[in-house]
Amino acid sequence: MAKIKYIEFNGTEHEADVANGLSVMEGAIQNDIPGIDADCGGGMSCATCHVYINDDEWFKKLPEKEMGEDDMLDQAFEPKSNSRLSCQLIVSDDLDGLTVHMPEKQV
Amino acid sequence: MIKTDVVIIGAGPTGLFCAHQLGIIGLKCEIVDNLDKIGGQCIELYPDKPIYDIPAVPKCTGEELTNNLIEQIKPFNFNFHLSDRVQELKNENNKWLVRTLNGKEFETPNIVIAGGVGSFEPRKFPIKSVEKYDGKSVLYSIKDKTIFKDKSVVIFGGGDSALDWAIELSNSSKVTLVHRRDEFRGAPASVQKIKELSDNKTIDLITKYSIKDVKGNGILESVEIKSESGESKVIKADYVLGFFGLIMQLGPIAEWGLNLDKKTIPVNTENFETNKKGIFAIGDICTYPGKLKLILSGFHEGALAARGCFKYARPDEKYRFEFTTASSTIKDRLGVKE
Repeated sequence: MAKIKYIEFNGTEHEADVANGLSVMEGAIQNDIPGIDADCGGGMSCATCHVYINDDEWFKKLPEKEMGEDDMLDQAFEPKSNSRLSCQLIVSDDLDGLTVHMPEKQV
Repeated sequence: MIKTDVVIIGAGPTGLFCAHQLGIIGLKCEIVDNLDKIGGQCIELYPDKPIYDIPAVPKCTGEELTNNLIEQIKPFNFNFHLSDRVQELKNENNKWLVRTLNGKEFETPNIVIAGGVGSFEPRKFPIKSVEKYDGKSVLYSIKDKTIFKDKSVVIFGGGDSALDWAIELSNSSKVTLVHRRDEFRGAPASVQKIKELSDNKTIDLITKYSIKDVKGNGILESVEIKSESGESKVIKADYVLGFFGLIMQLGPIAEWGLNLDKKTIPVNTENFETNKKGIFAIGDICTYPGKLKLILSGFHEGALAARGCFKYARPDEKYRFEFTTASSTIKDRLGVKE
């Protein structure tokens, strides 16, 4: 279990306890947190669960991107070097306290 | 005006199998899809990715699944209307009048929406100032490449479309290719070619930059790009091309008076009918308690929706359940010789 903080583009903060094994994306969807669309449902094929990890320490601590995630991020709205697809961030105790920022929009 | 029993919106696996079920029970259908090919997300998003959870098929790719479904409905000779989109629905005397973007018209008692997460459209530049040039000098697809001859063309993107067009247009235009990072996701041979063209100065290659603004006075003159650390550059441009893949938009479906829950359509799980009589929704676009976004669920939903359609298409007949293994009527429909 990890406490994940989701911050919308307008600054609205949401916190959710997300069970280990779920993705950060699923944590948002299951708790009705707006700002993550996840059109493809976690298949890494749509880039609509895009988030920024603004804390550099956290960004480095996250599991590395698998092949294809950066390719998908090319197609996201305003990707940056601290962009991740939240469907690829699998929750474990190590992620307790992670904060993700949502982009202005997903499409 | 084409008269039919069912119009299916969406030629993905769910729409195709629903067509099969309609054929089996003796109904006709017409299938409309926004893409230029059959297969929906399976073909557009993951033609080569293996799928492992189709019942009785241990492993197949999106393309194989699509080809097998096309094969399966071949006996019924249904019409496909590709590169077209259902735009308007009107109800008249318990029939739906359906109009597409290309002006095709259908009259049908039933519509099955198997639209996935909506129709695929090119992802556009995220800035407001490009809108007034959209379709004129800011383009997301190319129909006539001769318009670029001897012009300055700035291409954004790192996939095959961006690379292929940069290579192609470099023969007759001044091409600048801009991409947000150093790696490209295009085919290795194209990436190699782009690097050669950049080394011998045939094209300008600028990485780690993205679009900031476009300038012009009615006619596009330049494009401003920015790096993540805030540096910017201005590049002369007659045309700006963006290749950022496709996004899925619900589009006109949202305007038909259907109940919507986020981007999905709630249905009655007995027949997958929506709040509108004669309009059914199946596959990823429908929602109900326990909904799983799996292809196999879409197959089940299509089978039940087909029976739902029968009631309105053949109001004076009683639907009779039959097995394909035993029914000679079904075998006739499939053209099977015993």
